[in-house]
Amino acid sequence: MLALWRNSRVRGWIFQLVALTLFLYFGWSLWDNLQTNLASRGITTGFNFLNTEAGFGIISHLIDYSESSTYGRAFLVGLLNTLLVSVLGIFLATLLGLLIGVGRLSNNWLISRLALGYVELIRNIPLLLQIFFWYFAVLRSLPSPRQSVNWGELFFLNNRGIYMPAPIPEQGFGWAGWALLLTLIGVVLLFRWAVRRQHQTGRIFPRWRVSIGLLIVVPLLVLALQGFPLSWELPALKGFNFKGGLVMIPEFMAILLALTIYTASYIAEIVRSGIESVNRGQTEAARSLGLTHGQTLRLIILPQALRVIIPPLTSQYLNLLKNSSLAAAVAYPELVSVFAGTVLNQTGQAVEVIAITMGVYLLISLLISLLMNWYNHKMKLVER
Amino acid sequence: MKRIFIAALAATAMTATTGASADTLSTVKGKGFVQCGVGQGLPGFSSPDAQGKWQGIDVDVCRAVAAAVFGNAEKVKYTHLSAKERFTALQSGEIDILVRNTTETFTRDTGLGLDFAGINYYDGQGFMVRKDLGVQSAKELSGAAVCTNMGTTTEMNAADYFRSNGMEYKIVAFEKMDEVVAAYDAGRCDVFTTDRSGLAAQRTKLKNSADHVILPETISKEPLGPVVRHGDNRWGDIVRWSLRAMKNAEEMGVSSDNVDAMRADKRNPSRNRLLGTVGNMGEKLGLSNDWSYNIIKQVGNYGQMYDRHLGPTTTINLPRGINHLWTNGGIQYAAPIR
Repeated sequence: MLALWRNSRVRGWIFQLVALTLFLYFGWSLWDNLQTNLASRGITTGFNFLNTEAGFGIISHLIDYSESSTYGRAFLVGLLNTLLVSVLGIFLATLLGLLIGVGRLSNNWLISRLALGYVELIRNIPLLLQIFFWYFAVLRSLPSPRQSVNWGELFFLNNRGIYMPAPIPEQGFGWAGWALLLTLIGVVLLFRWAVRRQHQTGRIFPRWRVSIGLLIVVPLLVLALQGFPLSWELPALKGFNFKGGLVMIPEFMAILLALTIYTASYIAEIVRSGIESVNRGQTEAARSLGLTHGQTLRLIILPQALRVIIPPLTSQYLNLLKNSSLAAAVAYPELVSVFAGTVLNQTGQAVEVIAITMGVYLLISLLISLLMNWYNHKMKLVER
Repeated sequence: MKRIFIAALAATAMTATTGASADTLSTVKGKGFVQCGVGQGLPGFSSPDAQGKWQGIDVDVCRAVAAAVFGNAEKVKYTHLSAKERFTALQSGEIDILVRNTTETFTRDTGLGLDFAGINYYDGQGFMVRKDLGVQSAKELSGAAVCTNMGTTTEMNAADYFRSNGMEYKIVAFEKMDEVVAAYDAGRCDVFTTDRSGLAAQRTKLKNSADHVILPETISKEPLGPVVRHGDNRWGDIVRWSLRAMKNAEEMGVSSDNVDAMRADKRNPSRNRLLGTVGNMGEKLGLSNDWSYNIIKQVGNYGQMYDRHLGPTTTINLPRGINHLWTNGGIQYAAPIR
């Protein structure tokens, strides 16, 4: 027995086993206590509530939703709203962050100081306060619906949102979609061909300009051939509010603005550190080889800087997604507001609702992580 | 062990440190105070006064229970809860009683593991609009943007009302009442909807309260009252009878001012039972026999409580209406203490 104990491998195993048993016991007792307590209080459990009628309205929904829809549908509405604001926020924050980050390194004194001021001001103020600031700053300065700002009877701005014409596709519009898809495939093939040709012959094809041109012109041409099968629904003042058209509500604007501006301040610093991490000698070597300023940036600096930029950038994307849950404070109907707010309160099933909500955030976060890791892998040093 | 774990799991939405106990009375006596869940600032129900002390008819129910249990109405600690947090806080045992202008409904009573222990205010939902809209009736509100509080019966009632009248609406639901009021004041919505008492109370917070009018329609029944966990009947009894003692006291004309004189004058047997000079009513609740005397002495009777927080001398000045005792044409009616 003692001999066994003296064997470090066996001892290691025993410790592992004890730890595992304790962990399992801990998990099991959590679960068991939860069940016992829920049952003894007569609190409803299970996921059947997802199929019951929700009975409450949601102000903005990307999919069809009404009071007679189910709680499950309300969950989807919230999830899509979260994704909408996160995806747009990530896109805009990256653009703005890149601009500010490059601005920080500018030789122009004014630009670099402005960028510095932006970063230091924005990243040091709590996000929730910024959300409230944008929401109430925007709300209070906008006119009421009857005094809307009117741009040519097409666009209206008031404290209920921005109203714009909504495109209504008619018979034959689908062809333009197919044309777009085909052009997209064509563009991918074009890219491959251009890269291969450049490797073989050294000749450069202006692939970006040609591709973007193709993507715009071809679907438009298809539409024109059919005489533009598209009509527009215009917003119009009816009673209290505008009806018809597309609307962007102030809650959405406030949360998108706040998330973009806040996250951009972090991204700017990440971009700056990335670019500064590339040795100055690299630029000089590239220029002495005859590369232009643009080529130096695109082919020499950025690929190396990206290796430093991507991992912390991933964290910022994840932060933005999770921060979007603060939108509940300004009534934007995202996942936490709709599902972990109203639905939780109407059904009282806190454990299920919170578990689903946490699971969903985890899942989206892991997906973003996966995508960014794949990109990181693609961008890392190729060792030959 | 069991009890600590439920709090950790069930209350992921908040931080609960103590577990829910099957015997709340001993837990409360053990820690020396009642942990009471109240609102985050609804004048007349629970809001801080100029000294920062919390006041209101919800706060007073907590104080009454503390007076009954400890003989000291000050032995209360408050947890200020948003509408969406309140039930989880009670279920998980973070608080002992929830008195947060909470409507008794079927689903809440049967599905959430809760018991309602009486009604301290009979309310109903109404609408408030700007006067310059020229709206006379809620039936004219089709197409309006409606601001309200998330996770309340209000949100559902508004949906039901607009739906059943074939009217369109846009609901803007905020997590906290203060944001609802701020957004309505900033013109985000045409309509602000909540319980009528809430409308009257929140109106005092608006920039120019005279510019707003409460529409005549009452679209729902909102019996508001204290809530306890399902299954702990003794604790439920204590809360229920504390509230009833206050109503019975008003009915018998016993107030905090004359309670000592009434206690000395033993001619009225039902008053003797109320004040604990005969019988052992308190013991049956697990309390001392002067439990109700302490409530009346320190908190007052129901009418005193109402006048102090909602009556004509307050800025809210809500007509008592159906909250009068049944003897005065209202529906406040408490079972007798006998």
